[in-house]
Order: sequence, then structure tokens, then C-alpha cells
Amino acid sequence: MSVVTANGLDLTFQTNDGPVHALKGVDLTIEKGEFVSFIGPSGCGKTTFLRVMADLEQPTGGSITVNGVSPQEARLARAYGYVFQAAGLYPWRTIGGNIRLPLEIMGYDKAEQAERVAKTLDLVDLSGFEKKFPWQLSGGMQQRASIARALAFDADILLMDEPFGALDEIVRDHLNEQLLQLWARTEKTIAFVTHSIPEAVYLSTKIVVMSPRPGRITDVIESPLPKERPLEIRDTPEFLAVAHRVREGLRAGHSYD
Amino acid sequence: MRSVLPVITVLGALIAIWFLAVGPMNIRVSLDMAERSGATVLPEGSVERRSVSVWKLMAQNSAHVSAGYALDRPRLPTPVQVGQELWKTTGAMVMRGRAWSKRSLIYHGWITLQSTLWGFFLGTAIGIAGAVAIVYSRVANMSLMPWAIISQTIPIVALAPMIIVVSGQLGVDGRGFPKAIISAYLCFFPVLVGMVKGLRSPQASQLDLLKTYHATSLQSFLKLRLPASVPYLFTSLKVGIAAALVGTIVGELPTGAISGLGARILIGDQFGTPLAIWSALFAAAILAGVLVTLLDLVQKTTLKRMGMQA
Repeated sequence: MSVVTANGLDLTFQTNDGPVHALKGVDLTIEKGEFVSFIGPSGCGKTTFLRVMADLEQPTGGSITVNGVSPQEARLARAYGYVFQAAGLYPWRTIGGNIRLPLEIMGYDKAEQAERVAKTLDLVDLSGFEKKFPWQLSGGMQQRASIARALAFDADILLMDEPFGALDEIVRDHLNEQLLQLWARTEKTIAFVTHSIPEAVYLSTKIVVMSPRPGRITDVIESPLPKERPLEIRDTPEFLAVAHRVREGLRAGHSYD
Repeated sequence: MRSVLPVITVLGALIAIWFLAVGPMNIRVSLDMAERSGATVLPEGSVERRSVSVWKLMAQNSAHVSAGYALDRPRLPTPVQVGQELWKTTGAMVMRGRAWSKRSLIYHGWITLQSTLWGFFLGTAIGIAGAVAIVYSRVANMSLMPWAIISQTIPIVALAPMIIVVSGQLGVDGRGFPKAIISAYLCFFPVLVGMVKGLRSPQASQLDLLKTYHATSLQSFLKLRLPASVPYLFTSLKVGIAAALVGTIVGELPTGAISGLGARILIGDQFGTPLAIWSALFAAAILAGVLVTLLDLVQKTTLKRMGMQA
């Protein structure tokens, strides 16, 4: 069963400078267990599409289902975890306390909260940091904690909006590798927004190339790369071929005019 | 402790300026007194001296300048005189076991402190409640906020007697209640403004995150908005408690009150005893300093416990 199905999805913002077509005629299917990257320049609607999936924006046309129901029903059923570009940890809560936040809101009992916090901290390699406050951690560690927060409850879908956009490239490589391991272990469906071509190619099983004015999909690439991906794979001809096609797709959309 | 030296330096400079100012401020009074006791003063006669500058008077009558530092009713008392008066009306009375005498500034300070604290609690409660209403209700935002701002443009000295008359009409005995109302009137505003800013301080993405959890608005208030507003609240409380003290003193001034620091200032003025005014003024300043310092300590410990550096 497909996890996300969008048909002819439109979203137009009414602004003082006239209507802005953030999304126009977007058709897309995401299958269970896929790792889908959305790539394109600013204003191409990649974040907007993620927010429509999350029921944070309302489409003005077309249809979309998440887990076979409307995004709102999916949200109320707590079907997904969302990771923002800024880690957005609460400074007054410890790392453990931050991961406990969704669990408290969703009414898990104390014992289960503790168990899940320990489990997800281990998943993102932050065991031993439970009692630290966010300011005591590096930017990369904070972002890992925010991923742990999104994984703490049993959502099958992980929506990530440029989670590593503000980090330097060395930390980014490391987190990309960890994210792939995490995806393999948890078998979640991941939708991932990025600006970076290597990041998109390295992580994804499917790459969605988008272009702006109006925001639309110009290419959908099924990655031929194997599921097992060491960092060195980025120097192979297969990897470079996919990266080339992504670049072509971006150029075809006149994205950089 | 590193802050002690700069504070002492500024304090020393202020006291030095104050001390130097006593001479010119008191020269006319000391010359009048010297003339009355038979000494020769240039020019003669209090009325003639009015058109002569204090600097010239000091130069022509340098022998009488020092008398200005030991007057009973000076224009400007020396720091030492004020210190002695303060001690006489506080510490010395405690040692004689008369701390609660009507002449003791401890008694009057306590009267003022009570009203200040009542006004502070009332004002803080109103400020927080108003801020919650403004943040959660568009109607309150548009209707309450302008009135809150207008309320602070009305001179409190004009309003204070009315509040006392109204509370008298309503059959409230004593001055404590109307004074607390006046105090709260000044105190609620900084708390309101600070809390509105604090409750609105979470970023849009943090509110979106709670939406993805399907959190109720009570949950997002208790878990996000309220803790996020705590640093703002403390900053406002420190301004608020100083405003509450000013409000209480103003409430004691034009209303015929006979106890409280404000009443001491007014009585000192009416009876021509500047030392009483100055010592009451300093007692009020010390009280304000103590209150703000206490709040600062509470702020530091609270924020530290919340994991935020103060």
C-alpha cells in the first residue's frame, strides 16, 4: 500500500502582490519504506509539500492521502514525526525531557516514557546525554536529539525539513550515514527536503526534483544504488550518473534563472 | 564580587559631589544665621544677598562656609547628617527596644512594604491574567491593550486621591487597600507587557511541532508558552516591584496618610525638617534595592534550575 498519494495537488497563497503558486499539479506516490528526497531551489514548494502532508498547510486543489486517509486524520492519529531545520529543543528541558515531550502529550505512562527515551537515545547514539541541557550539546547532537524526539512515538512516517541544512559538511556526512543506518533499523518511510544534490543522491531510494514559479515536479528518479551505502559510494560512476540526472532535472526546470 | 569595586567607585563619586554641593546650597541659610547672631556678612541683609550668586557669597564670606555643613535645618543636608538621622530613626531605636514607635522608620517602612507587596501581588496577577487573555483572544488583544497603554499615561498623582475617595465611599476602612490598588495600578503594566512578549516568544515551528503531536491548547500553554515566558516574567517583575513601591509612596503623599514612608516625606516637607525627608527618601531607596535584589536572587536560582543561564 502506498503511504502518500497526491493527485493534481495545488496550493496557491494569496499575498498582497497577487497569488503565489506554491504547488501546481503535483502528482506523487510514496511507497512504504521508501526514502524520498525533495530537491530544488528556494520557492519550488518542497517544504510546502511536506507541510501539506503534515496538515500544516491546506491545499487549494487536487487530492492527497496519507496512510489512506486525509492529512488531518493522519495527524490526529499521530502518524508521523516532523523534524524542522532548527532543532527547536526546549532550553528548559534536558535532552531526555525534550524527547519525553511528545510522550507526555500523548499520555504514555511514566515507565513507558522512560523506556522509550532510553531506546530512542540509543538509536541516535546519544545514550549518556539524557540529563544534559541542549546548550551543553553541539549543533549536530542537538539535531540528533530532535530526530530522537520525532522517533519516540510509533509514527511510521518521518518528515524531515532540511534537518542538516544549518550544519557544516563534516558533521553532515556523519549524520547522513547515521540516518541511513537508522532508516535500515526502523524501516520507517522518510520524506526528506534538501538543497544538496550529493545529500539527496546519497540518502534516497527516490529523488523528486522540483522547480519554482509555479512549484512543480520536473523529474522523479528511482535510484539504482544498492540499499547498503558506504560514504565511498559517492565516488562511483553510478552515483555520479544519478547526480548528473538530478542536475539536468534542475536545469530543465530553469531553476537557476 | 568583581562588581563591588565599580559600584563603590560610583557611590564614592556621588557622595563626593553631594558633599561639595552642600556648601553652595546652604550658604544663604548659614549667612542669615551668622548675621542674626551678630557677625559681619557681605553684603548685609538677606534681601540684598538674593541678587548675589552663591559663588560670590562663598568667596566674600569664606569663614561662614563651614557652618553650612552643620545646620539643623539645611537646604541640603550632608551625607553624614542623613546617615546619622537614618541611624537615629532605625538602628538606635531598635537598640532602645522601640522599633515599632511612630517615630521609627522601620515602622513606617513596614507600613509601606505591606501595601507594596499587596499591590505587587495584585498587579502581577492582573498583568499575567491580562497577558494570557491578550495572547489567546483576538478581541482582548484589540480591546485590552490600548486601554492598558492609556492607563499609564494618566498621572498617578491625579488618580490617587480619587481612588481613595472611591474606596472610602465603598466603606473600606483604613488606607492599606486603596494604597495597594494604586500600587497595583502602576505595577501591572510592565508585567502585562513582558508576559505578552514572553507568551508570544515561541517560534512558529515550535507551535507547529506541538500541532503535529495533536496537543491541546492547555498543553501547549503549560508545556511551551508558560515556561518560555519565565525569563521575560522575571525581568518585568523587577520593574514591577519598583513601580509598586513608587505607587505606594505616591498613594501616601496627597492623601493625608500619617504613616508610611510617603507620609514621612510629606510631613517632613510641611514641618520644614529636610533631614526627615532625606532619611525617608533613603529608606525608600534601600527598601527598593532590597526588593529588587531579592527578586534577582529568585530569578537566578529559578533559571538555573530550569537549565537556562541567567
